[in-house]
Amino acid sequence: MDRRVVITGMGVCSPIGNDLERFSKALQDGISGIRFHPELAELKFGCQIAGKPVINNNLLNNYFTPLELRNLNATGLIYGVIAGCDAWNDAGLSVHQEDEPDWDSGILFGAGILGVDKFREAIYKVDQQEVRRLGSTTVIQTMASGISAYLGGRMGCGNQVTTNSSACTTGTEGLIMAYDRIQAGKAERILVGSASDSGPYVWGGFDAMRILPRKYNSDPEKASRPMSATASGFVPGSGAGALVVESLESALSRGVRIYAEILGGFVNSGGHRSGGSMTSPNSTAVQRCIGQAVHSAGIKAESIDVINGHLTATSKDAVEIQNWSAALGLKGADFPFINAFKGHMGHCLAASGSLESIGAILQFRDQQIFANVNCEDLHPEISKIIASEKVPIQSLPYSPKIIAKASFGFGDVNACIIFSDYNAQR
Amino acid sequence: MPSDHYTQLQEIIKPYLPEDVSVSEIKEESHFINELNINSANLVDIILDVEDAFDIVLENEDMEKMQTVSDALAIINAKLEGKD
Repeated sequence: MDRRVVITGMGVCSPIGNDLERFSKALQDGISGIRFHPELAELKFGCQIAGKPVINNNLLNNYFTPLELRNLNATGLIYGVIAGCDAWNDAGLSVHQEDEPDWDSGILFGAGILGVDKFREAIYKVDQQEVRRLGSTTVIQTMASGISAYLGGRMGCGNQVTTNSSACTTGTEGLIMAYDRIQAGKAERILVGSASDSGPYVWGGFDAMRILPRKYNSDPEKASRPMSATASGFVPGSGAGALVVESLESALSRGVRIYAEILGGFVNSGGHRSGGSMTSPNSTAVQRCIGQAVHSAGIKAESIDVINGHLTATSKDAVEIQNWSAALGLKGADFPFINAFKGHMGHCLAASGSLESIGAILQFRDQQIFANVNCEDLHPEISKIIASEKVPIQSLPYSPKIIAKASFGFGDVNACIIFSDYNAQR
Repeated sequence: MPSDHYTQLQEIIKPYLPEDVSVSEIKEESHFINELNINSANLVDIILDVEDAFDIVLENEDMEKMQTVSDALAIINAKLEGKD
């Protein structure tokens, strides 16, 4: 039998809280992290609202030395290091003190783009012929693998230390990549995460595409409306989530809490064929990805209790529901419960897969199905496919056994992962 | 006044010292990398801080010569004299 793989630690730096307790409470109570940002108004953005973690100096001083903080201007790196350190501690792991690295532990921390503000600073200096004044940290704050490199050194990891990038699929893809590597016996534990920078230089391109809501600048908490009839685009978000993915043997030998087991997962692409494009999914590929994930988990579709969708709050949410329904062969009242956390946090882009996976997994621990936000007016195309009570607008007391999570990204890329609560007897 | 420069330089170097090296270990003859254990990448930042603090510009040759605290002081003094 294949090695079993579990999750033993989690950490967040998110628009709805920078620790697991605040994060889960916000998901449970439907608290929004979407705020108006005057900076975006000054820059004449159509969408002037966003989800952004609140970081103060006290928090920074807990994670960075004064030297590390000097000229630090990479929000994604800050979020990633906070989430990564917290997940590592949460898993009962300490900083490796020996001179020799910990060969069994690796890092896989994804990002869509990193250190945009730092890069902007560098561009100005270079264009002003001041390249010699860039300082020593421009490269490490802007390289895609910056977070992995930082955490790898902090923890003393000697296994693979790398980064992945697949747009909004990044975080979920990373979990599946780590699962595969641990299952193959090449690592015992991998700190997996994903991060997205904050700010106008990341969000501007999406604003230009006119896919962000423009009518909610004075009512930000109502703006992100997954599955709603009045959904009008995704609200940009940012932050980072991190999870310690570990072999079951290692977790049991360390005697640590197990949040969930990864039963299986699948990653694919629609190849920009059959209706797929750079920005929209090939539905055949999405259905295939979900189907293969269920197959790889060795479960029946009927045994899925809850789905945490990608569901960005655009008019395409109904297409996603149709794809889930077709892939699972379930509809109406037979369809599992489904929720989306973008109503609370916005779409945290590369960070969405990891943050939302953490939210999904916390439903095992908290024995709840977290509510959907701003979905009182379920889209009629969705209620034609599934029963409306499958889209809870209040958190429900419920002990899920199996949860499916999917993320889809620009480039027509898909990832679907199947989590279960941990049961020694499986 | 050179002694003032020395104090100022100590303050500049302080944040770049690794945890196991204390400020009191900064001597005029200290070698930045071999004795103070300063990360060689951070020498670049020390040079930028020196430029800002003394309002001078260091050339590549100056940077190469800057191996010890006294090297740095000599370069700073020469640059400041050149300014006047």
